[in-house]
Amino acid sequence: MLFHHGEQLRLERLPAERSRIIYPPEPLAGLDDPDQAIRDALENPIDSEPLSALLFADMRLTIAFDDISLPLPQMRRPDIRQRVIEAVLDLAAEAGVTDVHLIAALALHRRMTEEELRHAVGDRVYDSFAPRGQLYNHDAEDPDGMTLIGTTRHGEEVQISTRVATSDLIVYVNINLVSMDGGWKSTATGLSGYQALRHHHNVHTMRQSRSFMDRESSELHRSNWRQGEVLRDAGIKVFQIETTVNNDLYGDGPLKVLAKREWEWTTRDRATFMAAKAGLDRLSPAQRRRILHGWRAPYAMTSVQAGEVEAVHEVTTRHVYDQQLVPVEGQTDILALGLPYICPYNVNSIMNPILVMCLGLGYFFNLYKGRPLVREGGVLIMSHPTTPEFHPVHHPSYIDFFEEVLAETTDPLVMEAQFEERFATDEWYRHLYRTSHAYHGVHPFYMWYWGSHALEHLGGVVVVGGDPATVRRLGFRPASTMSDALEIASDVVGRQPTITYFKNPPLSMVDVT
Amino acid sequence: MNIDDLRPGRLVARLGFPFTAAPTPPGVEPPVEPNRLGDRYDTDWARRPLARATRQAVIRTVGRVGTAALARPSVAGLDRLDGLDSNVIFVANHHSHVDTPVLLTHIPRPWRDELVVAAAADHFYDTRPKAALISWAYGAIPMERKKVSRRSADTAAGLLDDGWSLLIFPEGGRSPDGWGQPHKGGAAYLAVRVGVPVVPVHLDGTGLILPKGSNTPRPGKVRVNFGAPLRPSDGEDARRFAIRLEAAVSELADESSGDWFSARLRAHAGDTPGLHGPDDSWIRDWRSPDRRPQITDSDRRWSSGRTR
Repeated sequence: MLFHHGEQLRLERLPAERSRIIYPPEPLAGLDDPDQAIRDALENPIDSEPLSALLFADMRLTIAFDDISLPLPQMRRPDIRQRVIEAVLDLAAEAGVTDVHLIAALALHRRMTEEELRHAVGDRVYDSFAPRGQLYNHDAEDPDGMTLIGTTRHGEEVQISTRVATSDLIVYVNINLVSMDGGWKSTATGLSGYQALRHHHNVHTMRQSRSFMDRESSELHRSNWRQGEVLRDAGIKVFQIETTVNNDLYGDGPLKVLAKREWEWTTRDRATFMAAKAGLDRLSPAQRRRILHGWRAPYAMTSVQAGEVEAVHEVTTRHVYDQQLVPVEGQTDILALGLPYICPYNVNSIMNPILVMCLGLGYFFNLYKGRPLVREGGVLIMSHPTTPEFHPVHHPSYIDFFEEVLAETTDPLVMEAQFEERFATDEWYRHLYRTSHAYHGVHPFYMWYWGSHALEHLGGVVVVGGDPATVRRLGFRPASTMSDALEIASDVVGRQPTITYFKNPPLSMVDVT
Repeated sequence: MNIDDLRPGRLVARLGFPFTAAPTPPGVEPPVEPNRLGDRYDTDWARRPLARATRQAVIRTVGRVGTAALARPSVAGLDRLDGLDSNVIFVANHHSHVDTPVLLTHIPRPWRDELVVAAAADHFYDTRPKAALISWAYGAIPMERKKVSRRSADTAAGLLDDGWSLLIFPEGGRSPDGWGQPHKGGAAYLAVRVGVPVVPVHLDGTGLILPKGSNTPRPGKVRVNFGAPLRPSDGEDARRFAIRLEAAVSELADESSGDWFSARLRAHAGDTPGLHGPDDSWIRDWRSPDRRPQITDSDRRWSSGRTR
């Protein structure tokens, strides 16, 4: 079986009689005319007046959009955000709206570079607004730029960008890559700050979200929805535009082999795979990263809907499930994953060990509805090199988290109680977040919390091909081969465990009955 | 023997038929050689595989390098062609002989591979060598611009029906003064007739490199801005569609001179600056080689007395 192994590829053998493979569904067809579909969605919104009726000449209009973490990998130009934003701005121009701000809704993520912003919104939009200071990254630590709106009935503070709070209309432009995205999470998280995020980005919430990819069962979403109600009650008017994409990562080019089932590989596919593997194995990590992060996926837009936040998100989630949801019967003793080179927090960057944990135990483990794919007390086997490499500009607090916090504990509750606040309020991390391109000081904690449900659920985690010292620092067990990993897992799940290989990417999600 | 009798023409004439044409018998109307120039020039050969392959090779090498050195083109708006899967008509403003090579090298594939260029029949197709050269180098077809010609339109429509794309300068000729000229209706007529979309294009800067009336190119910087494809709406006739095309090129020009959103604000307010410039301006006369008074020595106050 083909396993992604960070920036490399591996072939592994699994016991035939006890293994099952979950492949991602075939890509759905994209919309024939995405631009027309966008215009139709704006003029025929769900539970809202048409956008053109909400625009007037002297208004303050703020357009917020998803940041660099979506989609993964980045899509080919024109990005969906560009298509939607241009359509919105054209209506704004028709209404004579001049007070327009565009904000990359990045919460506590790193600031996007000019090149990344240009890719997301397009050169026309960038050149129209950035030179005037009307297109910028959200700054959750700007003492003059954040407003406390109120608290929810659960006592959760609601904080949002002051520009948003004082706008007549907020148009949010989203790309819903997975079912976790969108809804009130777009604004209540994306345009917020630590003061509000700490109420749901915590261990308790993540352990009560089963999973956070299933909104109905996600405490993370319930908390965001409560914060959304406070925003709405405060008179903040949001016109939500959500889009979905198919899972066409590779198009019809030679890399399509990576999306095929192994028994479908032709001679040409096998040759392509061997050449790609040999090439990647011989390159340096930096060269591999340059090539892989340069890949632009030919995602096609499968739906676009606009209007009232919650009503729109219901439709969006259905479209995500149409593409990604795979029905699966029964849990498994061992869940095997091949972790790729990219996750939401290392675009154009390095996948450090904390992000490896987050991708495996946070994202991929939680790609379920119903029950986790692996039974309680089961074992997760992940394939990834897990080297102790960090991007010093993007992830400075991760370095200290790895050296200081993980040296003390891997228990998320202990981290939360003893270390989180110090990192979250550290002036140096705050400075780097605001002026450089660094993730916020608290971000590595959130990444660890993202996997806290899996940590509680699993009986053990084994990392195949990982750097042994680093893997042990994460609290996991290293194995040099898949056979060794299965042998190690047998200590927990016995000699004849069932194995499920959940092949991602392209992304899919399981509905376990 | 007279020395004039030794001239080659005379020598051939002395050889007589069949080395020269047979004399026409008295009382018979001499046959007129059919005119194969102008819009009658047959360009089929220039679209055959050998001509296309050599043309593409030259465009990719000499054309690319030449335009890069001379015009340093920056291209914008190609994303607007995303999802366009049919052949198209490209309409662009026209300032210079540099326009065509710049576009031929920067119109993206697949349209570039099967592209014909409408060239003025009276200017480029008046002699056989010139006609052959322009047909091969640009993949040009003759387009009559000074009189109504069904032949030009039929040729272009036939090629569009066959899947070729067309590049046409609807102003009908290069700008004489740097301002735009009113669009003729040919491109819009063809779009309505054949049902292909039209991509407006604005070129900025070529007029400074090689303006009309100049023979010496001066290196400069060119910006090419591709617009969103336009289709005639239901019931829209060619005349109205031509007006919309001209407006689209004007909006692209406005966008190139400032920023996109400001241009959209002006477009929706009906304030997009036209390409034509002021009707009456001394600058226009100053720049125009066509309108510039042909002053000779005799007109000067310090005339030497020579006449024109």
